[in-house]
Amino acid sequence: MRLADHDLGTPKGGGERVSLVINGQRVEAQSGDSILRAALEADIPIPKLCSTDSLEAFGSCRMCLVEVDGRKNPVSSCTEPVSEGLVVRTETQDLAQLRRGVMELYISDHPLDCLTCSANGDCELQDVAGQVGLREVRYQAVSSHTQEAKDESNPYFTYDPSKCIVCSRCVRACEDIQGTFALTIEGRGFQSRVKTGADQFFDSDCVSCGACVQACPTATLMENTVIEQGVPDRSVLTTCAYCGVGCSFKAEVKGDQVVRMVPHKDGLANEGHSCVKGRFAWGYAQHQDRITEPMVRESVNEPWRTVSWDTAIDFAAQRLKTVRERYGPQSIGGITSSRCTNEEVWVVQKMIRAAFGNNNVDTCARVCHSPTGYGLKQTFGTSAGTQHFESVSQADVILVIGANPTDAHPVFAARMKKRLRAGASLIVVDPRRIDLVRSPHVEAAHHLALTPGTNVAMMNAFAHVVVTEGLVDEAFVRARCDIPSFKEWLLFASSPTNAPEAIATQVGVDAETIRAAAREYARADRAAIYYGLGVTEHSQGSSMVMAMANLAMATGNIGRAGVGVNPLRGQNNVQGSCDMGSFPHELSGYRSITDDAVRALFDDDWGVTLHHEPGFRIPNMLDAACDGLFKGIYIQGEDIAQSDPNTQHVESALSQMDCVIVQDLFLNETAKFAHVFLPGTSFLEKDGTFTNAERRINRVRPVMAPKTGMAEWEVTQALSTALGYPMAYQSASEIMTEVARLTPTFSGVSFELLDEVGSVQWPCNSDAPNGTPVMHEHEFVRGKGMFILTEYQPTEERANRKFPLLLTTGRMLSQYNVGAQTRRTENIRWLEEDVLEIHEADAETRGIQSGDWVAIRSRMGEISLRAKVSDAVAEGVVYTTFHHPMTGTNVITTDLSDWATNCPEYKVTAVEVTPANHRSPWQQRFAERHSEQIELLPSD
Amino acid sequence: MDATLTIIEPFVGQMGGSISALRAIMAECGWIDDHAIDTVAEQFNLSRAEVKGIVSFYSDFRVEPPPARLIQVCQAEACQARGAQRLTTALELEAGITLDARDPTGTLELKSVHCLGLCAHGPAAWEGDTLYVGLSDTDAGALIGSTCEGYSIQDVGKLDVEPPEWLADQERLIFRRMGNADPLDLEAYCEAGGFQYADLPSETILREIRESGLRGRGGAGFPASIKWDTVAAEPSQTKYLVCNADEGDSGTFADRLIMEQDPYLLLEGMALAARAVGASQGYIYLRSEYPRAALILREAISRWRARPELSQTLSIELFIGAGAYICGEETSLLESLEGKRGLIRAKPPLPAKEGLMGQPTLVHNVLTLCSVPWIVRQGGASYASFGEGASTGTMPFQLSGNVRHGGIIEIPFGLPLRALIERYGGGTLSGRPIGAIQVGGPLGAYLLPEAFDTPLTYEAMQAIGAGIGHGGIVVFDDQVDLVERARAAFEFCAIESCGKCTPCRLGATRGEELLKAIQRDGISEDRIRLLDDLCDVMERASLCQLGGMTPIPVRSALRPAIAAFESDNEVQGR
Repeated sequence: MRLADHDLGTPKGGGERVSLVINGQRVEAQSGDSILRAALEADIPIPKLCSTDSLEAFGSCRMCLVEVDGRKNPVSSCTEPVSEGLVVRTETQDLAQLRRGVMELYISDHPLDCLTCSANGDCELQDVAGQVGLREVRYQAVSSHTQEAKDESNPYFTYDPSKCIVCSRCVRACEDIQGTFALTIEGRGFQSRVKTGADQFFDSDCVSCGACVQACPTATLMENTVIEQGVPDRSVLTTCAYCGVGCSFKAEVKGDQVVRMVPHKDGLANEGHSCVKGRFAWGYAQHQDRITEPMVRESVNEPWRTVSWDTAIDFAAQRLKTVRERYGPQSIGGITSSRCTNEEVWVVQKMIRAAFGNNNVDTCARVCHSPTGYGLKQTFGTSAGTQHFESVSQADVILVIGANPTDAHPVFAARMKKRLRAGASLIVVDPRRIDLVRSPHVEAAHHLALTPGTNVAMMNAFAHVVVTEGLVDEAFVRARCDIPSFKEWLLFASSPTNAPEAIATQVGVDAETIRAAAREYARADRAAIYYGLGVTEHSQGSSMVMAMANLAMATGNIGRAGVGVNPLRGQNNVQGSCDMGSFPHELSGYRSITDDAVRALFDDDWGVTLHHEPGFRIPNMLDAACDGLFKGIYIQGEDIAQSDPNTQHVESALSQMDCVIVQDLFLNETAKFAHVFLPGTSFLEKDGTFTNAERRINRVRPVMAPKTGMAEWEVTQALSTALGYPMAYQSASEIMTEVARLTPTFSGVSFELLDEVGSVQWPCNSDAPNGTPVMHEHEFVRGKGMFILTEYQPTEERANRKFPLLLTTGRMLSQYNVGAQTRRTENIRWLEEDVLEIHEADAETRGIQSGDWVAIRSRMGEISLRAKVSDAVAEGVVYTTFHHPMTGTNVITTDLSDWATNCPEYKVTAVEVTPANHRSPWQQRFAERHSEQIELLPSD
Repeated sequence: MDATLTIIEPFVGQMGGSISALRAIMAECGWIDDHAIDTVAEQFNLSRAEVKGIVSFYSDFRVEPPPARLIQVCQAEACQARGAQRLTTALELEAGITLDARDPTGTLELKSVHCLGLCAHGPAAWEGDTLYVGLSDTDAGALIGSTCEGYSIQDVGKLDVEPPEWLADQERLIFRRMGNADPLDLEAYCEAGGFQYADLPSETILREIRESGLRGRGGAGFPASIKWDTVAAEPSQTKYLVCNADEGDSGTFADRLIMEQDPYLLLEGMALAARAVGASQGYIYLRSEYPRAALILREAISRWRARPELSQTLSIELFIGAGAYICGEETSLLESLEGKRGLIRAKPPLPAKEGLMGQPTLVHNVLTLCSVPWIVRQGGASYASFGEGASTGTMPFQLSGNVRHGGIIEIPFGLPLRALIERYGGGTLSGRPIGAIQVGGPLGAYLLPEAFDTPLTYEAMQAIGAGIGHGGIVVFDDQVDLVERARAAFEFCAIESCGKCTPCRLGATRGEELLKAIQRDGISEDRIRLLDDLCDVMERASLCQLGGMTPIPVRSALRPAIAAFESDNEVQGR
């Protein structure tokens, strides 16, 4: 596709139709459109520099001047709205002279180095200078900025002020699109310069989202890869492989090398915006640590042998067969990956069910959003969020619970912040003072900094306020919900034990604040809940999801734009991997494996007889392995030895298996326990689809051929065939056709449709051929919305004298999950190690200062890391991340998990923190094993 | 508590609080350090970059420690016409420093300021609490040696002089009380008929304004009633009234005088306007160069507030700017009042529809609002009986520069310029013939003798490519260096440009460079053509009138030089 987007100058007006006359030609537009947009939409060119259709008109460059009948002077067409009957001229001699005059001024303060400029051929200033026909610059400039020094502090882009035309597009993009306000113009008049508020970009508030670079019309803000490699020559539309926002990108390519990733304006998940990960942190795909050839070994203490694909597949198949023969049909299983495509996941779960002959398939959603799947299915009838992202722009009150969108879902957070700046009210329920609580131009009306583990008590108190203060939307409940269950819930919620006053001490938030927040949510015309792993990763994760669903139903906040219950899903395809039937108890589309009719459909299509009982969940597999009953596992793109709780238990389980097959880009922590390593493909090599948190199915298109020589689905297919269940797909598209055939919510989905319309949100079928942005509009998927009682049960994990602090974990903007990708990019410069945030008072009583080494000990284990004294956490709470394997954060997390889904309770661990002067024993063992295992890699 | 926090706290949650807080820090500490920037950012929930952007926009703010003494010397046209350049050179020699040079180790700085509103008595200077007028180069030693006599800005009493005879024979509708009354005596103001009509229906006030034909006195001369009717018709619950008291034009001081001498007149005008358009919150945006007016207004507002029967329907806050001429432009003013950099907003939307905080806002100059009480009292038709044609009513012209008698001359529109100078000004101070007259502030035309018979009406002035502006009239004698005046016009635009639009941001600097080249190397055909093209671009492509009108003084001042060059060429060509 073409490189440069067609830019329409100003945002869409969206009003009623008006017609005007431009250069004698009748042009249709919408009220609210600018003259500039109307002209450009009609392919009437008008030169412009300071305007771009992602930003409101600014009117500074004066290039887009036009003549309008009845107006004495020319007007800037970007700031002038269309109106019925307007008569406009865009090309007159007078305008031409003015435009040339303005351009002559620009060039009088611009270096004349186009031929050696990194933007040569991709520069709006250059284009417009040509367009207006500038032929000479007559000014003998005395003052100029052409000698100003570059700022090369950011690892991904360079700021070269000598080329700046002070159009403020970067400043406006940082403010209006990203909402960080890291940039400003300093000085005034001729001295106006773009500045960061710090000495250089790297030290500023800049979050490297790339919006400024994207907005810059010249080479002033330019990707370093373009400076190094030159302007790309073609682009491929694809989808980011980081978080669950699922941003659309144009991979801009030269040969088969990616030069830059540019957020795609027409991508509905991100509408042209990006974050530091998707925009810049894709270099891991070419990292030297990447393994591209299959490897096998007899035991984990032996060196790896690089082998051919055939050998590796045979080796793996033989081992699995041997294990199955020796230990029985339930002794093997597999884990699908939320980072892989729907098509890749589909064939893995199919292989396990059809070729392994059991339902021992699970997915990493087990450890993140399984309670979402469970809770929303029970109450609403389907395991997914209710809204599209755009919906947040219509919310009046936004309730964020246990999520940190600015770090973990930055592109969605930018949308949310835009809405907040426009006046929506914000309530944050989180133990930690996340950035949303207060950052430039955003301030939460209420921050309920509750004690970790008390979510359900808090939500029940909200419910209590709603039902006892007459805030129930009775009409909605009557029309849309299951009345007997509502009546029971009413009784439950109104119980004095759920009153804010009754639980205030327990949750650590005063009753009046809880009441005020609950009232604000309930009274809003449109109130939306957004939540993350701070909701699900608890022993009552499923209860909490249902408690939120109850609240939303009781207040009528379901089934419209601006409302809803919305999980912010962690990984790029965690929604899709669940949709594809990765859970041991469910086939695709969340249909029970115990349902004979559903199974029959698959039996028939696949030519097998599926096992009728649910298989093992991940923790079951690990427990069974420790008991010697589970001996073989196929793990696709997942690093359970780093990401799953109680690392020592995971390590012990893996050590006891006879056949561990890991399919990944890198020798990850789990691969150190593996016998077969099947090299995986990065998203730049994949062909398929990802489904994001808003159920949007996006295309992933290959930019280059697989570096491994085989697509991942081809590898799985070969293994399945070697195991005796042949598969013979010719393409990823063919796999999606099978998904659509067997899954009612996907029946309308095909690559052809996606290539045509860009993306669709499931359900996409004959009832909704264009997909479903907002769910449960007229009735719930399950019919009537079901209220479910959510009695608060405190977690067994409690602070006591020995472990007086509560540890909660999360992530940082620059890093992603276990860090396997982001640590292998320049993003590492923003977080070189995981640190422990601790409140000043807790630090002081322990004699701890920022930068000190501390030991953190739980009932499970001990690790050491550096402390950071911070007021972001409350007294009694400590916080860290798990981005670095050496940290071993999950050495100390517990075995406790959600009662319904076994989702681990990562968010609450009782710990003690003490000053330390050495790494913990586990960390020392880890370091040893790490160097041993690296030694065992082929020397190449 | 952190000392900076204590200074800032009263301004949190106030309109434009960030700028007021920074002003307070300047007043307390003399400069704004990184800690202060961070504290302001934190308290106002702004980013560090934004605060630095604000600080760097306004010339009152400084980010390095202040010298022990700071003397501000007016460099604007009226003072220039009375010898400001000679004074400045003498001061530089005496102190051994350069104007506007910042020396971190120095104990004294000389800073340029563009107009203290003391134009009739220039050259003027300001240090600390003291204003100096009528200076000459011989005063340099005394000024540097702190022995010069000035007057205190704290002196807020009534003018202790009878208007001199040469200022008699005026039609003082606005300035009728000036010099005759204690400015802060609210009782006396009310007894003289003030605040008697505050409960008139909105429609009545709107009708009188419509009938009066009153036009905005800030410079543009736009019919006031169109703005009023527009704001009144907006359905919004929140509407604002903003008084533009950022009287930045050199050679103008009527706003300052009326605010210092009759502040309740402004408050009454605002009360009536607010009532007419349905605004309940008013702001006075006052420039920081008027410290005495600030003291008086603050006191007047407080006394007026203490009388709820007069003030209950309108709340008025005084906001002090921070040194930016551009903030006299209404959209820049609104940005500044919101606590931001004073960048010009593109219109549409008009402030009357989307102004302060996006709400309908009536923005008017001090004189416009001060005309309102008389109009409402005596009727719009009576007002319209003064003046000529569409230039109805009276205009307080401000006569200054090289004249014997400067001051306020409030007369109906229509008197020819020459008559005004002769009748009231008494000829030049230097005794030499008049060389040029700049009418309408720094962006006004330099009129040459052949234009002196033009009547002072909006229409007649427009017909000769000039304007009345805010009524400033600055007289120069025949020694005036008009090429230098043209250069100074570009320089002023370069200093005061907000930097948003390209023609003004780059054009003013290039224009000044071009004029310097002409001063150095002489005029040439190429230079004339380039200058002409540049003036066209600035005039027709600028976002606001600063860039748009700078060519007016430039072109008018250069006319004689260009004519001379062309006739020389013609002679040679023959």
